[in-house]
Amino acid sequence: MSDAHGAYFIPEPSRWPLVGSISLFITFIGGALLLNQSDAGTLVLSIGLLSLAYMFFGWFSDVIKESMAGSYNKQVDISFRWGMSWFIFSEVMFFAAFFGALYYARVLSVPWLGGEGSGLATNQFLWPEFQAVWPLITTPDMTAEGIFTQFTAFKETIPAWGIPAVNTAILLTSGATITFAHWALKKEQRTALCIWLAATVILGAVFVYLQAEEYIHAYNDLSLTLNSGIYGSTFFMLTGFHGFHVTMGAIMILVILLRSMKGHFSAKDHFAFEGVAWYWHFVDVVWLGLFIFVYWI
Amino acid sequence: MSEAVIHDDHHDHDHKPTGIGRWLFSTNHKDIGTMYMVFALIMFFIGGAMALVIRAELFQPGLQYVDPQFFNSMTTVHALVMIFGAVMPAGVGLANWMIPIMIGAPDMAMPRMNNMSFWILPFAFTLLLSTFFMQGGAPAGGWTMYPPLVLQLGDALPFLIFAVHFLGVSSIMGAINIIATVFNMRAPGMTFMRLPLFVWTWIITAFLLIASMPVLAGAVTMLLTDAYFGTSFFNAAGGGDPVLFQHIFWFFGHPEVYILVLPSFGIISQIIPTFSRKPLFGYASMVYATAAIAFLSFFVWAHHMFTVGMPLTGELFFMYATMSIAVPTGVKIFNWMATMWRGSMTFETPMLFSIGVLFMFSIGGFTGVMMGITPVDFQYHDTYFIVAHFHYVLVPGIIYGIFAGVYYWLPKWTGNMYDEKLGKLHFWTSTISVNVLFFPMHFLGLAGMPRRIPDYNVQFTDWNQVASVGGFAFGLSQLILVWVVIKCVRGGEKATDQVWEGAHGLEWTLSSPPPFHSFTTPPQVTDATAHS
Repeated sequence: MSDAHGAYFIPEPSRWPLVGSISLFITFIGGALLLNQSDAGTLVLSIGLLSLAYMFFGWFSDVIKESMAGSYNKQVDISFRWGMSWFIFSEVMFFAAFFGALYYARVLSVPWLGGEGSGLATNQFLWPEFQAVWPLITTPDMTAEGIFTQFTAFKETIPAWGIPAVNTAILLTSGATITFAHWALKKEQRTALCIWLAATVILGAVFVYLQAEEYIHAYNDLSLTLNSGIYGSTFFMLTGFHGFHVTMGAIMILVILLRSMKGHFSAKDHFAFEGVAWYWHFVDVVWLGLFIFVYWI
Repeated sequence: MSEAVIHDDHHDHDHKPTGIGRWLFSTNHKDIGTMYMVFALIMFFIGGAMALVIRAELFQPGLQYVDPQFFNSMTTVHALVMIFGAVMPAGVGLANWMIPIMIGAPDMAMPRMNNMSFWILPFAFTLLLSTFFMQGGAPAGGWTMYPPLVLQLGDALPFLIFAVHFLGVSSIMGAINIIATVFNMRAPGMTFMRLPLFVWTWIITAFLLIASMPVLAGAVTMLLTDAYFGTSFFNAAGGGDPVLFQHIFWFFGHPEVYILVLPSFGIISQIIPTFSRKPLFGYASMVYATAAIAFLSFFVWAHHMFTVGMPLTGELFFMYATMSIAVPTGVKIFNWMATMWRGSMTFETPMLFSIGVLFMFSIGGFTGVMMGITPVDFQYHDTYFIVAHFHYVLVPGIIYGIFAGVYYWLPKWTGNMYDEKLGKLHFWTSTISVNVLFFPMHFLGLAGMPRRIPDYNVQFTDWNQVASVGGFAFGLSQLILVWVVIKCVRGGEKATDQVWEGAHGLEWTLSSPPPFHSFTTPPQVTDATAHS
């Protein structure tokens, strides 16, 4: 599998990068066809996602085999650390765009629409009845009489101290359990390692389940949807992308659990575990931002 | 370095994979670098052909060859192809080829991911260019994709958005790889302040990429949900704001400008000392100036939006922040000039192109300062003056830097010297034509000709005709480059290891062409063998 050149590790040619590119290509075509309401969309998208899963499986198998064969030296380990840290940073910046949209709407654009600052003329000429309040339940177009409204009103927002507070507790607890798992691994206590990892996966799954319940409640009982104007847009996109990241993180921890059960990792050598743990903490921190700025204040 | 030598069974050192698999499954930084460069060249010609459609249409007032919708697609896709398909891949290609060699490493830190970064590109551009054959046509609302205009696009909209996502994935992986390589793969003794400046500019570029590309992904994701899932990020009727898109877009877009230019700055910082036969003047100040430019680039985005309607404090803040970028940029310009001062200069093609960058990037820089002044920008906004400005920065600034790098390192890559006469011919035909092409645009813009319109008032005819002649001459001049490269790859006078008399640095200690795996044992770097 591997090829050594002096002190360096360089992998042999691999088909996975090309398979990955093609899978993403098919996935994107499928998604675009679906959005264009083409019949082929679902099929193409499914093929793309399946081949993407195949790529991940194959590529990671190669990496795991190389790692288990002892091909990786300290330098490879450090490269992985640099890679994972900056990948997480890029994710932070992705969320920053959505947090930025939330702050911009709350602090600038909604008050301007309500006539504040330089927005007086906007307010007077476009929607004189519009009042700037947050959460924005009545969107500007709802205040104009006799005009078709594009967006739907909702009854109320999700209170911070219900499910969101419980979910905060769950994620914070899961951050602790994964640390216990790490301590167990460092002491080579395999049973404890697997139990704490399993606990983390379960907590992650419970979080996602509660989040789904909350969405159902929002859609069915509160009429709070993606179509509810800027509040619904920022609420669902921020929590939705976060929920997606929790799901991914939980799947990653599940893989680490299965590998731990097979006896992978050693007290000294377990970067895959650490990388996933870093990711999990990142997801945790994003949630704290969400809890404070989306639900609470 | 521990001796983690593993599986060292049967490889002789220059063992190369063969056949098409060598390219499809490559884990070799030089092969991947070559693919990047070839891809960039192809896209340069595709994007260039689109530019020529624009110049043909604008040769006289009235509508001649294409309908306005297609004209708008040409301006839009020309920009996307040139930025994401030509300039960025050329920069990454040079990084791939040169960084491991310059820091004394065998390859990039993550060779497989490196290959994926490249192989995404052909597929992403297939996605983008296929939109020409779709209902509603190719993207035509400008490369900046401003809503609500971009939302009027037909079937192409999701393809455009996903192409941008796809390219972002490639850029982020490439940037992560470069950071990991430079931070982790340097040879013993290759301290940070001994890094060649090209490597420095690329690390800083990589940080810019990682911080800005995900923001672009966020912006286009919001476009997608606004178009298909009922959100109202950019719709004031739902409490959003179309200007929000511009803020998010330019938070990416301005650092992107430096993502394009910094590698070129790095290249000419290698070349000018070589052909001046003097060390680079003010090495440390160059590093700090580059970092300062990159840092400031995150606080100037709204100078692209002065006329959109911002509070006065915003206009002032972004004006002063923009002006301040001229300071570190000036430091760099003066350092290059001071490097040449009293040097034993010779003017081989790479040096000619580097001096071209120095002069003509500065012209673009000066017009940039003009437009950074808010009240003045009110006059210039969306006229041909800005088209002249950013093309001076991009073509004889950035693309000349890439040309310079190609000529400088071509003998190292191929083992053969390129044809110096043809190289000089390429430089002079390009330089004359590029000025004939873009300089008149300043006059057109000041006289009030708007950009992105296929027709114009007859008063603008003369300078448009001059520009079009320059455009076709510039396009034809680029065929000389292809000729030079092909000729050089096929043979020619053998290059020595050092290639250029005044060249210093690790890349010149390897054979020309270098072995398949660049440094198999790490070289020891000292002040004497470090950068020039």
